Amino acid sequence: MKIYIEKTDEYKEVEASTVKELLEKLKINPTTILVTKNNELVTEEEKLTNKDEIKILSVISGG
Amino acid sequence: MVCKNCREKPVIKLTNSNISLCKNCYIKYFEKKVKKTISDYKLIEKNDNIAIACSGGKDSTVLLYLIKKIIKGRKDIKITALAIDEGIHNYRDKSLEFLKAFCKKHEIELKIFSYKEEFSKTLDEILKTYKGIPCSICGVLRRYLLNKKSKELEATKLATGHNLDDESQSIIMNMFKNNIKMSARLGPITGIIKDERFIPRIKPLYFLTEKEVATYAFLKGFMDKFNECPNSPYSYRGYVRDMLNSLESKYPGTKHAIITSFLEIMPLLKNHYKKDQDAIKSCSLCNEPCSQEICKTCQYIENVIKA
Ligand code: SF4
Ligand SMILES: [Zn+2]
Ligand SMILES: [Zn+2]
Repeated sequence: MKIYIEKTDEYKEVEASTVKELLEKLKINPTTILVTKNNELVTEEEKLTNKDEIKILSVISGG
Repeated sequence: MVCKNCREKPVIKLTNSNISLCKNCYIKYFEKKVKKTISDYKLIEKNDNIAIACSGGKDSTVLLYLIKKIIKGRKDIKITALAIDEGIHNYRDKSLEFLKAFCKKHEIELKIFSYKEEFSKTLDEILKTYKGIPCSICGVLRRYLLNKKSKELEATKLATGHNLDDESQSIIMNMFKNNIKMSARLGPITGIIKDERFIPRIKPLYFLTEKEVATYAFLKGFMDKFNECPNSPYSYRGYVRDMLNSLESKYPGTKHAIITSFLEIMPLLKNHYKKDQDAIKSCSLCNEPCSQEICKTCQYIENVIKA
């Protein structure tokens, strides 16, 4: 499925059945991001399908 | 997994307690925690005139919104949003536009002061010749202006959006740099030792993590992206932040543990360094408090900005 990564403004193709698996595959630390599925916040247990619109938002904001 | 309180669908799992919460329960949890910090540490008192340091970023926006909400109906308490425009192209200009609109919508008075007007150059201009770490100079100039301007506003408190991540980073940084004396100035409220040259600083978001603040900002619809200052990755703080976050993901609760153990020794530290606090001088050029003859800001003005 296609994943939008907000920090770098890019899309990545990843196959994953849960958010947890997705973050592991992308090597992204869950404490530094929020994940939305169809614009709703979801936890790491959330199941994902190919139809979902997934975004990863970095929560780090310096300054 | 369902919300611990109401069995709705969860939006977040709190890493230090393993609890999952839904949107409504999370918002309640967050607000309750901020209120508790304010009352436990007496951050807001009768007749306070609070300057709230704002940048248009998530932390200070959440702070502004919640202080306004918490003091609702209190005629004795005044708040003003105080923003510093460092002059960082494509970053601060955008976040200040957001802040202006936010303050207008929530009917909060906003005052903006800029490096350009106060020091004659924007941060971007300063960094063309200054080759040190951007945050070293930027942080000094900003703290200076915040203190000076809150005094001009006759503020009794200066509220900042520091969260649990910021504070745990500071504690570790001071330790790693053998600067433990600096940690005596941390905590949810600082400057209790009466010195009218310093405005006491309060940190109502002290016990909330960066992720928790971002979650609240997102759920309240304040913002759906959290921009990072382009200079921030080059800081020592950036390394410490990444280190603590990787520890946190392997050992959940690490950042909370740093804060809890720090709060235990904080009174001893403050007491131990009390003498140094008493010995604070006034800068011979600008009269602001400092530890040497000439304050760091005036040194930067002479050696970097005017040079
Ligand atoms: S991250 Fe550094 S350079 Fe950017 S605003 Fe903060 S202190 Fe200034
Ligand atoms: Zn609930
Ligand atoms: Zn000075």
